[in-house]
Amino acid sequence: MSRRGALAIALAALLLAAGAGRAQAERLIASISNHRVTITPEYSGEELLLFGSIERDADTPPHRGSYDLVITVRGPKMTMATWRKEKKFGIWINRESREFINVPSYLSVFSNRPINAIASADVQRRQQLGLNNFILTQRVGTDFADVVPGDPFRAAFVRLRAQHSLYREASNAVTFLTPTLFRVSIPLPPEVPTGTYDIDIKLLSDGALITRTDTAFEIVKVGFEQFVADAARRNGFLYGLVTAMMALFTGWLASVIFRKD
Amino acid sequence: MQLYLPIADLPVNIFLILAMGMAVGFVSGMFGIGGGFLMTPLLIFIGITPAVAVASVTGHIAASSFSGALSHWRRRTVDPTLALVLLIGGTVGTFAGVWLFTLLRSYGQLDLTIAISYVVLLSGVGGAMFWESVGAILRARSGKPPTLRRPGAHNWVHGLPLKLRFKRSKIYLSVFPVVAIGVFIGFVGAILGIGGGFILVPLLIYVLRVPTATVIGTSMMLTLVTMTFAIVLHATTNHQVDAVLTLIMMVGGVIGAQFGVRAGQRMPGEQLRLLLGLLILAVGIRFAVELTIRPDELFTVRALEPGS
Repeated sequence: MSRRGALAIALAALLLAAGAGRAQAERLIASISNHRVTITPEYSGEELLLFGSIERDADTPPHRGSYDLVITVRGPKMTMATWRKEKKFGIWINRESREFINVPSYLSVFSNRPINAIASADVQRRQQLGLNNFILTQRVGTDFADVVPGDPFRAAFVRLRAQHSLYREASNAVTFLTPTLFRVSIPLPPEVPTGTYDIDIKLLSDGALITRTDTAFEIVKVGFEQFVADAARRNGFLYGLVTAMMALFTGWLASVIFRKD
Repeated sequence: MQLYLPIADLPVNIFLILAMGMAVGFVSGMFGIGGGFLMTPLLIFIGITPAVAVASVTGHIAASSFSGALSHWRRRTVDPTLALVLLIGGTVGTFAGVWLFTLLRSYGQLDLTIAISYVVLLSGVGGAMFWESVGAILRARSGKPPTLRRPGAHNWVHGLPLKLRFKRSKIYLSVFPVVAIGVFIGFVGAILGIGGGFILVPLLIYVLRVPTATVIGTSMMLTLVTMTFAIVLHATTNHQVDAVLTLIMMVGGVIGAQFGVRAGQRMPGEQLRLLLGLLILAVGIRFAVELTIRPDELFTVRALEPGS
């Protein structure tokens, strides 16, 4: 490669970087109220607060429309099966099933206004904005694919997760305190899976993505809850023996306390 | 008061579980049964997965049957030989049951199997008890003497070889039917999360002709051992035993059982059997209705292994 060619490439790269810099003049800064949610015996759901600010600088185009935010919270990945009952021999039994491979066990999408108003269908799909556009990989036979949002198994899966408040979409959850300062509350349901949660914050304006950032928090069992769950999983036999001893002790205690003679 | 259950992974109201334990304990004390067939559906109803419910109820039954078996032991109404032979079958049955439980869980057909087995067993046993006790009450009303079962009456079961003397029960019987009944009870108990007392008691009385005096105590003894096995097996293979849930249930259960025993003693035998028959039948019919009418929600979601 000639020296001039190398120079041209370097120049082009610099121009591209400058262009990108101009396009992403805004910066997102976000902070969550609690990075480590602990599950104790008293846990029955919790609410986290996410605060953020949109930083503008000299390069920010002055005539930009209002800002839109789409915030996606994803819990630890899980593989789940959705079964459909059908009537067979007069009774309703599970017949067909679809496996949802490595999908979030918890999935919430928060925005400041309906996602259809924020971006076109094309942008929604490319940026995976909203539950309908989030890719939930299914195993259909030997194929791996996501299907249309109207697919009965996918719709049922999302609906059933939503019934337990594990999947949700709220189009009025993001509040702008000032034109550049925002807040969103993230409700965590009682039946929350433990693990690492990613928060993906996308800033849009005029239907196009401007910038994005992410942060995370974790949900962990601590103390007694952690001890019991670990014991049950790692030392099943010992755990069973202790539970059996506990049952026998309770039974013995009752027969002693309530003995009539 | 809410408490987060470490294995079931959801918060429950302690007093609700305690009250359920007491109510079921009352019934089990009154009729001399474990009460698993009532407890498991109740737990599933409040949102606990069938797998956790079945596995955790084993502890509740072990506790209540141990307290019952102890008092029967003191009154010498337990036949240890009979319990031991039943147990040999029971152990085999429990292993087979836990194995099938694990298999069915992986095929997504566990809920169906539990529901169908409940319908068949509960309707059958409940219906038979109801029929028999109504007959007994009618005979008592019309002033006819109750048809006494002749203690010497034998059926085909008593013609089988390899006989053994069961001293406490004063019977001389082949070990084959006893082992077979043990296998059946252990198998059914492990899959359905029931002690099987309500099936074992009629089988011992009507098929093996064991005297009623030793039936309840021996049944409790067997239930105790099979359920203790089932706790350990469920904990080792499925990791679904919630010790916290079990503890709350059994504390309620053993308290309720004490009041149940007293209530049961004040009631004539036929009425007691009629009530129990109706109760068992009602639970069976409830399961049957659930299976045959179109459910509101056709879909269910179940977690497979956590993704890698």
